[in-house]
Amino acid sequence: MGMLDMKYRDSNIIVVSLEKALNWARKNSLWYEQFGLACCAIEMMATAASRYDFDRFGIIPRSSPRQADVMIVAGTVTLKMASRIERLYEQMSEPRYVISMGSCSNCGGPYWEHGYHVLKGVDKVVPVDVYVPGCPPRPEALLEGFLKLQEKITGETIIEKKETEKKSDTA
Amino acid sequence: MKQPEEIFEYLKNEFGEDQLSFESGDIGQPWILVPAALIRNVSKFLRDDSELRFNTLMCLSGVHYEKEEELGVAYHLHSTELKHTIALKVRVPIDEPNVPSVESIWKTADWHEREAWDLLGVKFDEHPNLKRILLPDDWEGHPLRKDYVQQEFYQGITTGE
Repeated sequence: MGMLDMKYRDSNIIVVSLEKALNWARKNSLWYEQFGLACCAIEMMATAASRYDFDRFGIIPRSSPRQADVMIVAGTVTLKMASRIERLYEQMSEPRYVISMGSCSNCGGPYWEHGYHVLKGVDKVVPVDVYVPGCPPRPEALLEGFLKLQEKITGETIIEKKETEKKSDTA
Repeated sequence: MKQPEEIFEYLKNEFGEDQLSFESGDIGQPWILVPAALIRNVSKFLRDDSELRFNTLMCLSGVHYEKEEELGVAYHLHSTELKHTIALKVRVPIDEPNVPSVESIWKTADWHEREAWDLLGVKFDEHPNLKRILLPDDWEGHPLRKDYVQQEFYQGITTGE
């Protein structure tokens, strides 16, 4: 009988392009920078908890931007916080991604006109990869945001710069 | 326990007829209008007098009266011992908005007065640490004033659309 485990007993070889291997690794270990700004953070916590369980996609929270791959901007970005967010983003190592979660961080949300203290969209200070709409978005929506980000990472190449990196170079 | 009218009568005997005035208001609870110069004496008396015992400052809030070009401060007091409540109000001209601080009488006033300074620009004399509490230190203006114009940029970041 041809036993499979006997057949591949010696060291195995998988032939794959470097790009594909890197992207595969990246998209399945999206460690996110753990901080919440407002009510969206509650939904983010719910997404990380047992019912929705981020961890099954390899998404786990990190307490330092140095170890994080993706930043979830979960909530209202006040002008006081904007410069801090910018700094946290700069402290992350590349490749880095940003998910803007909820209406406030997408465009100012309910504070769009009279909120003198609110930044009208976090994309004014950091480049955003995925926008998740909602007020706040349900955990399913945030999960879909991550799946979209995974799709985006799948299509990346190591020769060309990321779209958001190009943007931050010119800014 | 005393009704607001009784408290006013009691205060009148102490501070004189023409200093304080009683306003019943159209809705809500009545209040006593106190001249800014007297607010600390009145507060101390309200707290320490054995028949009043106002040991709690429930709330201190600032108001902008745009038409009258005045700023106001409202004090809501409660006595947990005698279970009665009173409101005080102080009004000052907007170009000289100085009100004596009651932080030395009720410690609660510390942050409340800082908030009124931050958002409305009421200056509390002799407050130990009168600086902004919510907005960043380098913010321009007092946002809850009715004639407030928002600054266009904050630290190079646009505040508008």
